[in-house]
Amino acid sequence: MSDKKMNDQDPNTTGHSWDGIEEFDNPLPRWWLWTFYASILFAIVWTILYPAWPISTKGATPGLLGYSSRAAVAADIERYKKANAAVDKKLTTVPVDQIEKDPELLNYALNGGAAVFRTWCAQCHGAGASGAKGYPNLIDDDWLWGGTIDDIYTTVSHGIRYASDEDTRDSQMPVFGEILEPAEIQQLVQYVRSISGQEHNAAAAAAGKTLFADNCAACHGEDGKGGREFGAPNLTDQIWLYGGDVATLTETITNSRHGVMPAWAGRLTESQIRQVAVWVHQQGGGE
Amino acid sequence: MSNYIKLIVLAVLTLLAAMAANFARDLPYAIHMIIFALSGAAAFIYVLRHTNDPAAPAPTGYNDGVIRAGVIATALWGVVGFLVGVFIAFQLAYPHLNIPLGDGYLNFGRLRPLHTSAVIFAFGGNALIASSFYIVQRTSATRLWGGGLPWFVFWGYQLFIVLAATGYVLGVTQSKEYAEPEWYVDIWLTIVWVAYLAVFFGTIVKRKEPHIYVANWFFLSFIVTIAMLHVINNLAVPVSIFGSKSVQLFAGVQDALTQWWYGHNAVGFFLTAGFLGMMYYFVPKQAERPVYSYKLSIIHFWALIFLYIWAGPHHLHYTALPDWAQTLGMVFSVMLWMPSWGGMINGLMTLSGAWDKLRTDPVLRMLVISVAFYGMSTFEGPVMSIRAVNSLSHYTDWTIGHVHSGALGWNGMITFGALYFLVPRLWNKDRLYSLSMVSWHFWLATIGIVLYASSMWVSGIMEGLMWREVDAQGFLVNSFADTVAAKHPMYVVRALGGTLFLTGAVIMCYNLWKTVTSVEDKTSPDAAAAVPAE
Repeated sequence: MSDKKMNDQDPNTTGHSWDGIEEFDNPLPRWWLWTFYASILFAIVWTILYPAWPISTKGATPGLLGYSSRAAVAADIERYKKANAAVDKKLTTVPVDQIEKDPELLNYALNGGAAVFRTWCAQCHGAGASGAKGYPNLIDDDWLWGGTIDDIYTTVSHGIRYASDEDTRDSQMPVFGEILEPAEIQQLVQYVRSISGQEHNAAAAAAGKTLFADNCAACHGEDGKGGREFGAPNLTDQIWLYGGDVATLTETITNSRHGVMPAWAGRLTESQIRQVAVWVHQQGGGE
Repeated sequence: MSNYIKLIVLAVLTLLAAMAANFARDLPYAIHMIIFALSGAAAFIYVLRHTNDPAAPAPTGYNDGVIRAGVIATALWGVVGFLVGVFIAFQLAYPHLNIPLGDGYLNFGRLRPLHTSAVIFAFGGNALIASSFYIVQRTSATRLWGGGLPWFVFWGYQLFIVLAATGYVLGVTQSKEYAEPEWYVDIWLTIVWVAYLAVFFGTIVKRKEPHIYVANWFFLSFIVTIAMLHVINNLAVPVSIFGSKSVQLFAGVQDALTQWWYGHNAVGFFLTAGFLGMMYYFVPKQAERPVYSYKLSIIHFWALIFLYIWAGPHHLHYTALPDWAQTLGMVFSVMLWMPSWGGMINGLMTLSGAWDKLRTDPVLRMLVISVAFYGMSTFEGPVMSIRAVNSLSHYTDWTIGHVHSGALGWNGMITFGALYFLVPRLWNKDRLYSLSMVSWHFWLATIGIVLYASSMWVSGIMEGLMWREVDAQGFLVNSFADTVAAKHPMYVVRALGGTLFLTGAVIMCYNLWKTVTSVEDKTSPDAAAAVPAE
């Protein structure tokens, strides 16, 4: 650049001065000007190649390349759809319990199911499917509504207590705060703690045993090991959906819980539902 | 006589605001109207107490009082804005900092617009108003036009800031980025802004120099364009004149395009053109060198303001905005590269023959690095506007990093340099309290920006790649939560970078405070400060 020349010609200014500030009369730097011209040229060429000029109310110039961002995405999706078409069709036509016996289907369903789970299920069940308070852990072998591939498929399709799906899994634990006295609820809490092997008040637990038989055993079973037809949890295994401490158990018995999971039939494709059912089934707890 | 008119107007406004507070449909509106009424009452009392003052001789010399106030406001709002920024950066790294205190008033969603408005409009806006008032007087060799009007601009603008800031925390927003305040605050800002334009333009009209200096072109384009953008993007119908909610005039993609026409040109004219006005004065003054090229300043000025206004659609790549508008937004952004760099060249080349001063003058160093950051982010911007690049960078932290290398590096650094330049002159001091503190500020801020920008590049490009990653069968490989977890270390680095930047600003405030209070006054009063030079 012209640093040197400029220093030699220091007084060569435009002749104005504002508050002591003067301006050199230097020309535009050549590289700057030519890069500016090049960017203008680029812009002109680009607007000829791509949709650009809104010349009428009907639309803009389409561009020589015929590009459209919607078409580009559609083509991308179509490419994968085509590549997967055969295996995808097979996945939706074989009986659900046969999918895992076919290595090709299993591989496809696991890859797709993982993506479905990350997108739609991880928000509640966690990125690793290990659940959170109120949202079941899917990688252990404790199941509320059943852990066979068919059970999981049904749960994913129709959801749990999801009112707008007629075939949804439904059960309502009564609100015992309206049925039992607080003291009785405390006895039940102590009994539940006793059958789950936790520290408890033996006298209260003994009183709670009768209450349990009268009020709870119909769903949770005589031995408290749960009942899948009602989605009633096993109370003896120390795996808790909401918690096994006194305060949480009191809250659960007094007000009940009624957790909801959406039905995915209609929102996900049949193929996606099968994929995610297989993926969950393969996570270690599948029956 | 004019005082009686002022008193009547203020009394009516105060009364109307008090009535509006009484009829308010929602709490934030009531609080805002009470703030309005109190401000009006305070102005009323001030005018009343001075109504019978003996007529003072018409003031001569430059009007520097309002600039001193502006300098103080700039420094204070800067620290507030940076502090909120650091806090929300830590909130992103450690979500537990979203304290449920007071029903979530201090969660990220409320504090984020508080941060952006505090740094852009409170810190940047006060810097622009104060420095433009300083520069237009010196380069026009005349006193500010409008008598007490500059003071109205100053206090009116502070009132706007308080209304906007309290509104965010109380949940008043029209959900437009950088244009969150609701209709009545928008109307108030419009009034203040027109007064600002009148003061600035009036001063230029009565200038004693034959030509208008280049800095003033930039300031004028900034003031006029911001007025246009502000009015059009905020066209809305209030649900009730006694309520804070309004309905936007535009809908759907038209609204989105109007918003980003506004948003991009807030960057273009507020943060670029306005600050270039500062650059064109403070860099040659501090370097004591002539501006490199008058021709370049003309060409890049007109190219910049012509091209910038069309570039907004690049914020809406791959959205419902038609492809043709996206293409135009992209190519105008690419063409904008050289016009933006014209300012950088003129700034840096002005140092020709004075590069040695960088060794000894940390204030000049600050101004120069700001121009360097300006060059970097105005190159990065056109690159990110290219549709293929944008498909990776859009919605990622790369955008956040880009904005901050511009905002912290360019706007922040040049404002710091300007404050170091202005304070000794405005308070009649020979020198700053401590140059080594300026050096500390320089290095803390620079390292802070580097940490911020590089962590956001890593995090942004990483999350962009993770979002688009699909396996051989076209299935997504990562969940959104996976990307959030992966970004955590970069979020911590970013928050630390922000902490360094904030620390530098606090050191600056201390240094400026000590300059005013501890440095001995100049023995001979600065002649230029008393009498406008011919």
